[in-house]
Amino acid sequence: MLEVALFVPCYVDQLYPAIAVATVELLERFGVKVHYPERQTCCGQPMANSGFFDDAVPLVRRMADVFAPYEHVVCPSGSCTSMVRNHTEALVPGDDGVLALRKKTFELCEFLHDVVKVRPEGRFPHRVGLHQSCHGLRGLRLGSGSERLVSPSNKVRALIEGLDGLQLLELARPDDCCGFGGTFAVAEEALSCAMGRDRIADHERAGAEVITGTDISCLMHMDGLLRRERKPQRVLHVAELLAEATA
Amino acid sequence: MGARDEILNAVRAGSPPPVALPEEARFRGLRYPDLRDQFARSVAAVGGTCVFVRGSLEEALLALPQYRSAAKVASLVPGVERANVDPAAVADPHLLRDVDFCVLAAELGVAENGAVWITNHGGLGRAVAFLTQQLAIVLRAETLVHNMHEAYQHISIPRPGFGVFLSGPSKTADIEQALVIGAHGARSCTVLVLE
Amino acid sequence: MSAFSENAQAFIADGPRLAWHDKAIWFVRQKRDTARAAVPEWEELRATASQIKAHTLSRLAGYLEQFEANAIELGAVVHWARDADEHNRIVHEILRERGVKRLVKSKSMLTEECHLNPYLEERGIEVVDTDLGERIVQFRHEPPSHIVMPAIHLKKEEIGDLFHEKLGTPQGLADPKALTEAARQHLREKFLAADAGLTGVNFAIAETGGIVVCTNEGNADLGTSLPPLHIACMGIEKIVPGTRELAVFLRLLARSATGQPITTYTSHFHGPRPAGELHVVIVDRGRSKILGRSEFRASLKCIRCGACLNTCPVYRRSGGHSYGVTVPGPIGSTLAPHADAAKYAGLPFASTLCGSCSDVCPVHVDLHHQLLAWRGELARQGLVPLGKRIVSRVGAFVLARSWLYQIAGKLVRWVVPLLPARLLRANAWGRQRDLPPMPRESFSEIWRKRGRS
Repeated sequence: MLEVALFVPCYVDQLYPAIAVATVELLERFGVKVHYPERQTCCGQPMANSGFFDDAVPLVRRMADVFAPYEHVVCPSGSCTSMVRNHTEALVPGDDGVLALRKKTFELCEFLHDVVKVRPEGRFPHRVGLHQSCHGLRGLRLGSGSERLVSPSNKVRALIEGLDGLQLLELARPDDCCGFGGTFAVAEEALSCAMGRDRIADHERAGAEVITGTDISCLMHMDGLLRRERKPQRVLHVAELLAEATA
Repeated sequence: MGARDEILNAVRAGSPPPVALPEEARFRGLRYPDLRDQFARSVAAVGGTCVFVRGSLEEALLALPQYRSAAKVASLVPGVERANVDPAAVADPHLLRDVDFCVLAAELGVAENGAVWITNHGGLGRAVAFLTQQLAIVLRAETLVHNMHEAYQHISIPRPGFGVFLSGPSKTADIEQALVIGAHGARSCTVLVLE
Repeated sequence: MSAFSENAQAFIADGPRLAWHDKAIWFVRQKRDTARAAVPEWEELRATASQIKAHTLSRLAGYLEQFEANAIELGAVVHWARDADEHNRIVHEILRERGVKRLVKSKSMLTEECHLNPYLEERGIEVVDTDLGERIVQFRHEPPSHIVMPAIHLKKEEIGDLFHEKLGTPQGLADPKALTEAARQHLREKFLAADAGLTGVNFAIAETGGIVVCTNEGNADLGTSLPPLHIACMGIEKIVPGTRELAVFLRLLARSATGQPITTYTSHFHGPRPAGELHVVIVDRGRSKILGRSEFRASLKCIRCGACLNTCPVYRRSGGHSYGVTVPGPIGSTLAPHADAAKYAGLPFASTLCGSCSDVCPVHVDLHHQLLAWRGELARQGLVPLGKRIVSRVGAFVLARSWLYQIAGKLVRWVVPLLPARLLRANAWGRQRDLPPMPRESFSEIWRKRGRS
């Protein structure tokens, strides 16, 4: 039986616990045993994102330590996973523990798609727009992306398109950035909101009822705009969508 | 120490460890099932016109209204009967300013992009290719190549001298991305491919 | 707020114009995608181009010397300039010695960087930018907003008004074809009256000593085939080993820039024309320094296609002028801080690090990685705002201790719902966005309650 340690991003732990709950449900439903190392806090991405690599380094080392006993680490966030896989080498070079962490950390969808190799069956009768969060898309290659000439593929899409009644909609710009970008969301408020609104408008024009994705950071930003502007669309993290659909 | 030495020393000091050039096999490109067809499509796509000529050059030119109505016709290609300006004979390229129609020979044509390779074309008179209002290029069908890799394997590059890959008429999209044919150079480009 | 931030905010305030600008530039990105589809080997081509550039940069001094020797043999005169001042002086001296009063220029971002135009104009030389977009911004006394499409920020009506004022076109004429015709007539006279022509260099061929200039309009060719003097200005990184390598770049450049398979004119100049002169000015201006910095040296592979600008969601919604630097967008944001880190410290943060730029770059410049590397460098130099530094320090302190992190999280979840809406909405998040509802329990608490481990 596959055993994993759950890596719950700090903002998911504190602000969106339902996503972590859904992630556990989902993994267990597909026969995976889930551990949750309670000492975990953060991968250091917000600090690194602002250039304060020195502040991030101890957090990276700590994380490697907390997750050392486990063979697989699964995280319901593309950006946190990308941080671990793509940026920890430069931050903490030559560290075996950090290297080990890099090799075993997966985003949830890629884990389900590549390791558990499941294609979920269930029902989700809604019109769904898939928001392809940038770090997961281009950092982890969860999908082929619109920029490169490669055969089209998308792990997230593969997991949800088989659900009964789910209408996956075509967007005009399938992978334009939503404008969250970490501290960018507040440091470049005007740009961030303009970008978020454009994403929402794309989903609206496509007729989306639900906007889903791998990163609640992006979704939280779009949700913030949706609710301020009293729009009917709802955001739903793909873990919650799948948990609901396969319940 | 002069600028040259300072710069070269700074470059040497900053140089990264050696990186190899890609191996020969990587310098190859797409080849098309129908070379002539692809070339014609590419010329059209860049705003030009491609005509395959079986008869005489003059006949083919006479089919073009811009040639028939041109007052000043420059040609570096023999057999252009209406030619009355010789770009190779001018001592001052400014004298070519009122050429209406110009006929030049190209060494080859490239199917992937509709470009033709033209060299020197009259030494001082090379300005004629850009001053002329309408341009006609003559090339032989057997000189068509598939892509730029093949083109560079076959073209002669005059040293010293001038050569240009010319692809269609002059154009710009600088005003609101609206494509306008005929910026500063030729307003039209007809490629006459002699079979 | 950085200068960029303020400029971007102003740009965004004009909603309809913002939408128009974003759409216009996205259209160019789409044209690139269409062009790419015609080249099944596109990704291999990018990898090959990247390796050629990396190889060239690893042997740059040798290639520069080879280029110089070959160029001289063909009859060109080769000059070297360490910085912008030296470049401007050299160009001016060449012109002054020959009594040049009227100069025509085709597009050269390098000469823009060096602010050559005002330098020459102050010394009594008429400088006419002949690329249509460049002429438009020259008339308006403003810098280009895009490295390939200098006037992309302007609507045709604005250009119509400008031409009415400067060229006497009819009031209200805004048809691009008619405006281009007016510019054609106007600039033709300039080409014919010019004493000298100045171009940039897209590629300098080491093996042959030739230079290659790519244009769509034919302005570089008119400017260099009519007057007897041709001055070509190039950065040291423009070198390619030979024509075999050149083919690779020519297949990528126009497709990446505008979606065309190749530019209308790809002109190869080997030595001066008969009874003429060719001067090549090789410019460093900080490039050798970048070469020495392993994290940033890949930015020297850039072939100035502009694809990264076109795809950048930030550039499209802020415009080139917001960056306050000659070359804007992602490539500009990694090049600018080398010259003045303090002045341009905001630029590496003018990005969400979405990575689209790196994926469109024809030569695999790792743009978004460089922007992150710059953030680290700027933080080390103390050039990141104090507020951010404090947040980072406090955050790192709290997050290193799980008990403290749990308490902090609980505090946030308890306090936020108690805060008045006015306060919640008075900050950079809350002004335009709601906060999510605060959950009663964190996941850690839920997990512990279930008695799991």
